[in-house]
Amino acid sequence: MSLGKKSWAAIKIIVFLLSLTPFALLVNDGLNDQLGANPIETLHFGFGDWALRFLCIGLALTPIKTITGQGWPIRFRRMMGLFAFFYASLHLLVFIVLDLSLSWEAFKDEVPKSPYILMGLLTYLLLVPLAATSTQKMQKRLGRSWIKLHRLVYAAGLTALVHYFWLVKKDYTEPLIYAVAISILLGMRIIVYCKRTAKLFSL
Amino acid sequence: MLIKTKANILSSQITDRAVFESRREFIKAATALSAGLMLPSPGQAATGKYADAPVGPYSAKLQVTDREDVANYTNYYEFSTNKTDSTVLAKALKTAPWTVEVTGEVEKPGVYNLEDILKDNPVQERIYRFRCVEAWSMVVPWIGFPLGDMLKRFKPTSKAKFVEFTTLNNPEIMVGQRSGVLDWPYVEGLRIDEAMHPLTMMVTGMYGDELPNQNGAPLRLIVPWKYGFKSIKAIVKIRFMETMPETAWHKSAPGEYGFYANVNPEVPHPRWSQSRERVLGGSIFTPKRETEKFNGYGEEVAALYSGMDLKQYF
Repeated sequence: MSLGKKSWAAIKIIVFLLSLTPFALLVNDGLNDQLGANPIETLHFGFGDWALRFLCIGLALTPIKTITGQGWPIRFRRMMGLFAFFYASLHLLVFIVLDLSLSWEAFKDEVPKSPYILMGLLTYLLLVPLAATSTQKMQKRLGRSWIKLHRLVYAAGLTALVHYFWLVKKDYTEPLIYAVAISILLGMRIIVYCKRTAKLFSL
Repeated sequence: MLIKTKANILSSQITDRAVFESRREFIKAATALSAGLMLPSPGQAATGKYADAPVGPYSAKLQVTDREDVANYTNYYEFSTNKTDSTVLAKALKTAPWTVEVTGEVEKPGVYNLEDILKDNPVQERIYRFRCVEAWSMVVPWIGFPLGDMLKRFKPTSKAKFVEFTTLNNPEIMVGQRSGVLDWPYVEGLRIDEAMHPLTMMVTGMYGDELPNQNGAPLRLIVPWKYGFKSIKAIVKIRFMETMPETAWHKSAPGEYGFYANVNPEVPHPRWSQSRERVLGGSIFTPKRETEKFNGYGEEVAALYSGMDLKQYF
């Protein structure tokens, strides 16, 4: 798409505001006492869902570029990744501040007993260096290792899935939907990688 | 040996002074009850079907959870695995006429009309804590009667060591039963001494009125010292058995859900701690409550399990 600089800036602002909407809606529900019988759970699950959704959107951009042959999806990669980190941070914050009430006692008791919480924390730890090195400055400074480092997002996608599967009591419908999406998105990368190596060898 | 440790009490759990100072009124009220007077329900509106139900024994003086929260946060997989969707979906269930089939090791088996059961068993209100295995809890004014009183009328034989309960199986109405999330119909069970324990209730109402469908209308079990999944809903069958019945959640995940399912902070679920519970209805900044062994009913029921390793029999 051949759009001017101003048009892209405007589109980016719109996408930014759209991405903030789930946050605004949940906060609004909270202020109006509309979060249901278990408001902490509603916030906690709501932010967690959106973290996973933005992770999927972020992972979808490169495949979209490959399929359409257009470069514009990559313009949104950083923003989507940072929104995934934003919602994951809120998800974690609700857990620590509201669910555990900042109690170290509760943390020490509950976290080791829950493999799914450990997997969630691991996922967050994988996202932290990606968010920290998301600026263009860092991208330039790190060069090729930036690309390698940011492959961690594939691992984060997988650990996020395991986190979801392990916490569900019985009904796996929702984590299965994400599993299918993430499998397709990562699978496409494997296909591209295999084709590329095949080409290299045929040279 | 019984070792008493100091309870970890949060200031929010300490009875409010005003409530404490009204204890004489409570005693007066209790005396009035024993004099045969009917007390209005403390649960809610005096307009419901059971608004005049007397307060029964074991009813705790606790702050009751909002009815709206209790009615819109239910685990009723027969309709949905979503706790609020079941409110709408369960409206399709017709709860009258309703019959309960009584079979097994019993002298008076048969198919009983719920109306007749209710005629024989006058209802009372009891405020109980309700603790879900998912580590949340609420306080509900149930309307019902002791299960034991009802069971005795069927004259269980000496072979009746266990009681099995079965939920209605009707995938046309109970749309959740079309999925294989559990092996339908839902089955629960109790040891006969647990079933006969005076704390165990058959419930037909809450908050002074009939049970909403999503809360298990027209007839459900309430066993306050056990995790909520034991308290089976929409009961259509009661079977007296010599052997331990296979129960729905145990069948689905035997390593995670036992037959006993007694509330016990010392025995974590394999995937999460049971030490604390989120009490519904508090502010979002209220810390969780420390879960009590047997959900706080240890004085009444601990003897049922003396000598048993509760880690093994979870």
